[in-house]
Amino acid sequence: MKSFCMVKKVAVAAFLLGFASFSTASFADETLRIVSWGGAYQKGQSVGIFQPAAEAMGITVKEDTYGGISDVKLMVKSGADKFDIFSSGAGGCASGGAEGILEKLDYSVIDVSNHLPGMYSDYCAGADIFSVVAAWNTETYGDNGPRSWADFFDVEKFPGTRAMRAKVDSQLEAALLADGVAKEDIYKVLDSEEGIDRALDKIRSIKPHIAVWWTSGAQHAQLMKDGEVDMTTGWNGRFDVAKLDGAKVAYDWKTGIMDWEGYGIPKGVKNKDLAMKYIAEMMKPEYMAEFAKYITYGPTNKLVYELNLMEEARARQMPSHPDNAKHQMTLRTDWYAKWRTIAAEKYTEMMTE
Amino acid sequence: MGGTKLNSNQAELAQLARREHFTFFGLTLPYLVLVGAMIIAPIGWLFFLSFIGRDGSFSIENYERMINSKAYIRIFLTTFKISILTTFFCALLGYPLAYFMSQISRKWANICMIGVLIPFWTSLLVRTYAWLVLLQKKGLVNTIAVDLGLLSEPIKFVHNTSGTLIGMVHIMLPFLILPLYANMRAIDPHCVKAASSLGATSIRAFWTVFFPLSMPGLLAGLLIVFVLCLGFYVTPAVLGGGKVIMAAMKISSNIELYFSWGAASALGVVLLAVTMLILFIASKLVSLDQFGQRS
Repeated sequence: MKSFCMVKKVAVAAFLLGFASFSTASFADETLRIVSWGGAYQKGQSVGIFQPAAEAMGITVKEDTYGGISDVKLMVKSGADKFDIFSSGAGGCASGGAEGILEKLDYSVIDVSNHLPGMYSDYCAGADIFSVVAAWNTETYGDNGPRSWADFFDVEKFPGTRAMRAKVDSQLEAALLADGVAKEDIYKVLDSEEGIDRALDKIRSIKPHIAVWWTSGAQHAQLMKDGEVDMTTGWNGRFDVAKLDGAKVAYDWKTGIMDWEGYGIPKGVKNKDLAMKYIAEMMKPEYMAEFAKYITYGPTNKLVYELNLMEEARARQMPSHPDNAKHQMTLRTDWYAKWRTIAAEKYTEMMTE
Repeated sequence: MGGTKLNSNQAELAQLARREHFTFFGLTLPYLVLVGAMIIAPIGWLFFLSFIGRDGSFSIENYERMINSKAYIRIFLTTFKISILTTFFCALLGYPLAYFMSQISRKWANICMIGVLIPFWTSLLVRTYAWLVLLQKKGLVNTIAVDLGLLSEPIKFVHNTSGTLIGMVHIMLPFLILPLYANMRAIDPHCVKAASSLGATSIRAFWTVFFPLSMPGLLAGLLIVFVLCLGFYVTPAVLGGGKVIMAAMKISSNIELYFSWGAASALGVVLLAVTMLILFIASKLVSLDQFGQRS
């Protein structure tokens, strides 16, 4: 009898819910579809940004995951209509923009006047800042791990196995910093094949000590957690999450190479204007502050710091906190737009030697 | 009179045979259409796309790139090396097992077969990651071996060629065993007995009678394993740790890198051409028909 009542209640609730969602859908047929990378990252975006921003605008936002800028290309080229907004690294947006598959963002609608310098582009409205760092196993090195890229590449001072990325992104910058190039001059040196070769030769010099070439953030976090390697390049947020999970891992901001992620719009979407307004909403500091509670990727909108929207202790963990940012260099997407294919092929060549 | 009757009979038979040929051809037509639409046309399209450059015009840049960068040659060599080694180890492990299964009673053979098939039905991803968990530096195998004092320091099983081979041999083994076992079961045991009764030792009887009779099954298994290995992606990507880059992985990264199908399909075309060449040479060296007639 009791269970029957329960069933009845559930049925009524389901009916009412269905009715409610039906009615809101009919009032606001303004629906947007957004795609991102899944995992801990998208969970933070969803709870901190996507859904609250949708609620504030009174629209419905549906979420999905995707595989990167090549998916956007496939969608636009095949004339399919699968999503209106995507979350992407600045480099992905830059190459998509160069390919002509993205809508130019309208910065009269999207307010970026309080953004940190360089954290938005024609095709990408910056939303969070992450860093590529050198992380070490504290069981192997204690507190005295590689606190600079020179240390990471010094196999005599720091014997042990390393992991680097299987893709060229931010690995050459690290190699040149280790080779003594000042952070202001990195892209000047890299702006020629000789410069790229110089960086690759630096990586070649420690190649016997590179035990793994990693392909995803989940993988490099796991490598550190399992103690498979003693140090690795990788994204700061993943290491922080792994640390909470019990991994013996630490990193120094002096190795940081800052990069940023943002939102873009594929060319020809029907809801372009609404998507633009939605991106404008998502740029507000309160959403960025909320997102940063879930993963240590810092806000691009400096009002978050100025208005003290984040607890001081949390703010200090962000790559973009002024005290952390001052040690770091910033990745330049225009270099990738110009050199990516050449550098990537040379990098694969170095890996397969 | 009799001669004419025979001739008319022959003509009638020939007509019937022709009609039968047409009927069979008619029956295979849907299949031919299917093969044409699903296999020939896409491969043709792939071939066509490989000559389209990044700007959309006709170009051989996708092939030029493969000659200019040493990485591509190395990747193809790795692909064939891993495929040949995997096939070799599958045969080394699979042949004795299939032989053993064919010699015991069907009941026990079926129990063995379950042992072969259960991993076969498990997801490839699950098996690949299971090997990683077992074999990594602080994985189960190394930890136990070091704790028991069998090893002074952990062995590097994974994130290299050996890890890739362990995973791929495990995944490919059923593909070799299944056709081989079916073939061995069909061999008439009396043939081996006859050899023995004529005075052959059991080893001689095996090599001169049983082994040649099992060749069609072995060759079929080797061929399936080899061809499937060429397209492997997940297992070398996870267990190879970036040290083993196979053609499928480069195809995928080229789509990301060049935003063009051509850069990827040119790799596919070369892989297909080299594979066909290898199989052609192999078929010249080992004549399948010869063994087919003997069995």
